[in-house]
Amino acid sequence: MTSSLSQQILNRKRRAIARLITYVENNHPKAQQALSELYPHTGQAHLVGVTGAPGTGKSSLVNEIAKAYRRQDISVAILAIDPTSPFSGGAILGDRIRMRELTGDPGVFIRSMASRGNLGGLARAAHDAIKVLDAAGFEVILIETVGAGQSEVEIARTAHTVLVVEAPGLGDDIQAIKAGILEIADIFVVNKADRPGADKTAATLKTMLELGRNKTQQIMHHGALMTINNPLPPSQDDNNPGWQIPVIQTIALKGDGVEGLMAAISNHRQRLIDSGELSKRNRARLADELEALLQAELMRRLTVHVPAETLSDIIAKLVARSLSPYNAMQIILEDYCS
Amino acid sequence: MIERKIRVLVAKPGLDGHDRGAKVVARALRDAGMEVIYTGLRQTPEMIAESALQEDVDVVGLSILSGAHMTLLPVIAQKLKEAEMDHALLVVGGIIPDEDIAPLQEAGVHAVFAPGTSTQDIVSFIKKNVSLN
Repeated sequence: MTSSLSQQILNRKRRAIARLITYVENNHPKAQQALSELYPHTGQAHLVGVTGAPGTGKSSLVNEIAKAYRRQDISVAILAIDPTSPFSGGAILGDRIRMRELTGDPGVFIRSMASRGNLGGLARAAHDAIKVLDAAGFEVILIETVGAGQSEVEIARTAHTVLVVEAPGLGDDIQAIKAGILEIADIFVVNKADRPGADKTAATLKTMLELGRNKTQQIMHHGALMTINNPLPPSQDDNNPGWQIPVIQTIALKGDGVEGLMAAISNHRQRLIDSGELSKRNRARLADELEALLQAELMRRLTVHVPAETLSDIIAKLVARSLSPYNAMQIILEDYCS
Repeated sequence: MIERKIRVLVAKPGLDGHDRGAKVVARALRDAGMEVIYTGLRQTPEMIAESALQEDVDVVGLSILSGAHMTLLPVIAQKLKEAEMDHALLVVGGIIPDEDIAPLQEAGVHAVFAPGTSTQDIVSFIKKNVSLN
């Protein structure tokens, strides 16, 4: 039986959408039932992730992308994540400041979310919030991560198309070949392209992509012709055959370059469908999600069963070096989880 | 286990462009463990009500220094009601003469914080009066 809450969400009632996302964030008991009821209605939306360092213009770009979808009469939901303070547990969620033009359009729904201690660039509740928006029938869901450094790559397991936003002047060419966030891009955006150094940033990214593209390369080194072998970076050809990662320059505040970006997003989606990669990514994401749920629930069941004093005694033994962490783990599992 | 956080929308309705006070309050609420959705300057009553609804906030905090409070606040209270968001606390700070406080409360404003109010008083008022359901 479908509860009235999930029925209202299927009817795209905004109050109900907002409410269920709150329930999801707060681990409210009503959330699981509603999410299970809505689950058959999910899997329709195209999930576009937008990540990059703080101040590169992610929110402004999301605003422009949403406007462009609205011009095509495509409905858009935005999930904008900002960091929670590790000290107070509070947060300032400021992404709406850049999205004021979108407020009041019934084809747009914006929700700000605090990361609440999650370190991957998303919030723990983000995956379920995406399901709520998906079930409510939004055709595109834009997911803006916290200002990401180098290793906040969780978005790559969540979104179908990942935009990594760079701005001129943020690092030399070694930054561009480091592992991490640069490996997860399906599309690179060099925003603030009217600033000095934009062409160089774009060129550096293109060079980085080409380094990985050819397996062998001949270069002149100290006057001698040398052949070098480059392994393929994992985000490229082998993951999505035939997709060449574009580097697109934009000026979000003026809307420049957004048309080209929209075409790239649309091409990427088509490519994912044609190559069968879309269903592979969906499958991997759901497997991840199940694993995370099992982990959390098993941990919860275990911790309810282990008395606090027992745990405290064991930790005292660890401190005294009379028990190793591995032995402690085995004792706990044998006594409480068999 | 329910993990409840107080969510607050901070906005500046109307045309005055002085947002330092709003930022100070936003920061204090953050430091008190609340999630503050900061929407910035020149928000219309419709935008405020719609943002409050989408963000499912417990508190709407407004800063008005322009003198337009008697015009703006009753409309905002009305729009929040139409959006089924009248359970949220509506609080306001700024330059508001004492004689305006009673009519504003009549119109649905839960608290008026005059210049000189300590941020701690604002935090305490919210924690005491917010309805967490």
